[in-house]
Amino acid sequence: MSEQLRFTKEHEWLLVKGNIIRVGISDYAQNELGDIVFVDLPSVGDRVEEGEGIAALESVKAVSDVYSPVAGEVVAVNEALEDSPELVNESPLDEGWIVEIEVEGVAQTGDLMTKEEYEAFLKGV
Amino acid sequence: MRYLPLTEEERQEMLQSLGVDKIEDLFTAIPEEMRLRTDLDLPAPLSEAELIRHFTELANKNNDLKSSVSFLGAGSYDHLVPSVIKHLVGRGEFLTAYTPYQPEITQGVLQSIFEFQTLICQLTGMEAANASMYDGASALAEAALMACAATRRELVVLPSSLHPEWQDVVRLYLENQDVSIAYLPYDENTGIVDPKAFDGISWSEVACVVVQQPNFFGLLENVASFKQIAEESGALLVMAVDPISLSLLKSPGELGADIVVGDGQSLGSAMGFGGPSLGFFATSSTKLIRRMPGRVVGETVDSEGTRGFVLTLQTREQHIRREKATSNICSNQALNALIAAIYLSVMGKEGFRDVGYQSLQKANYMKGRLLEIDGLSSPFSAPSFREFVIQGAVDWDEVNMRLAEHGFVGGLPLARFGLPEMVLFSVTEARTKEEIDSFVNLLRGLIS
Repeated sequence: MSEQLRFTKEHEWLLVKGNIIRVGISDYAQNELGDIVFVDLPSVGDRVEEGEGIAALESVKAVSDVYSPVAGEVVAVNEALEDSPELVNESPLDEGWIVEIEVEGVAQTGDLMTKEEYEAFLKGV
Repeated sequence: MRYLPLTEEERQEMLQSLGVDKIEDLFTAIPEEMRLRTDLDLPAPLSEAELIRHFTELANKNNDLKSSVSFLGAGSYDHLVPSVIKHLVGRGEFLTAYTPYQPEITQGVLQSIFEFQTLICQLTGMEAANASMYDGASALAEAALMACAATRRELVVLPSSLHPEWQDVVRLYLENQDVSIAYLPYDENTGIVDPKAFDGISWSEVACVVVQQPNFFGLLENVASFKQIAEESGALLVMAVDPISLSLLKSPGELGADIVVGDGQSLGSAMGFGGPSLGFFATSSTKLIRRMPGRVVGETVDSEGTRGFVLTLQTREQHIRREKATSNICSNQALNALIAAIYLSVMGKEGFRDVGYQSLQKANYMKGRLLEIDGLSSPFSAPSFREFVIQGAVDWDEVNMRLAEHGFVGGLPLARFGLPEMVLFSVTEARTKEEIDSFVNLLRGLIS
């Protein structure tokens, strides 16, 4: 099954593997937030709606919510972030992933940006 | 703050900018017939000397602990307060300061709070404490909410041996949240709770189980049984503790508590008609700290490597997290927290232990003496600390009126909590053997 990496305007990335979607934040976003000191993760089994906060990233003086780009059920969380929140800064697209959400049916990625489109989008930010 | 009276000129200016001629024009919305046309029925003004005389007369009607000997507790205790406390907390730097809004420039206040937090951690055996809460009851309510957030569960278990007024406060805090409360009844013979003896609770849904140590009746609960059931059901153990009792008892940390709260009045604060007091709040793990309400002072170093203090973990608080904050408390009881910190430092490890030991000994001496009186009995069999319940077919309100005539404040009649015939006495280290003996003899005369 092919994997598709997509980005949202809220600077999250989605890695789509069938009906499982892995979510993290972009390199641009981690850079803007600064050093992440704590990641407030949801629980496996939580139901989330599209646009609902699923996690919170805490930097030294601010907290930013991570919004779920899809509706579904949380099937995995990156537990490594509990002890090593800095992974979000060091490896935002890989080891710093945040949650995996299982969607019903096939994930809709039509509105999302490809890597190239996101890079073009960032130039306008 | 300076008092700046309003001049007639300024008054005219304001009226002009509002576009009205006179003050009465501001009240046109009030129907004519509703307006008061006569003067208020108030006494004539008094001169300063008359005013002082008047209030002195009123104040003299109050009974205070300088002129009477008290055996009343039930949440507020007459422990001895070292004189140094009044002297130190009376300093303007502390007395007039409000919760720091630009905290880092007031390093002294932050350091005093940091010392308070450290002492609370030592006392409770917890990892982290906050800068203090309003009082013990509201601290317990916040602990229940914190447990719900941490476990993502919505059921809080309270023991019925918890102070009834604390139960009310917790209920008030929780009733408009999606949280339910279940109660564990206490055993009518022992006066304490056996959490396993009651099977009306679905433990897998419980966010936290609360235990008050000592409980409302002054009795020592078996905390291990609470810990066991909390552990088995994935719930947090919340302990509401009397800080003085920690001078003798195992720390909540050793007993496996996840959150510890309590009222800090007994640590050097005056009884003062029930306040102001302070609540303390501590938790056991770095993971739970993120869920803790209130302000937290942390120790750090500045750019030159010098030790300094900051408000830390503010991202839990409502000025940053808005509606997702752990709590809406954004203040603390700084002056009372300072009092508690000075009290613990001045008493020291041994002095503090003496306070607990003498309170325990004197309370149990008095309990024994009272039980010698015909018609009085001890309704509960569990061991007690500084307070105990006595039962007798006596009009305790009437007895208390008579005791007051002799300069004694009696115990708290429990009839208003649905326990007729019972009365709750408190004995601290401040009571002498002579006071206890006189009280017991007087009481014997009054009820036989």
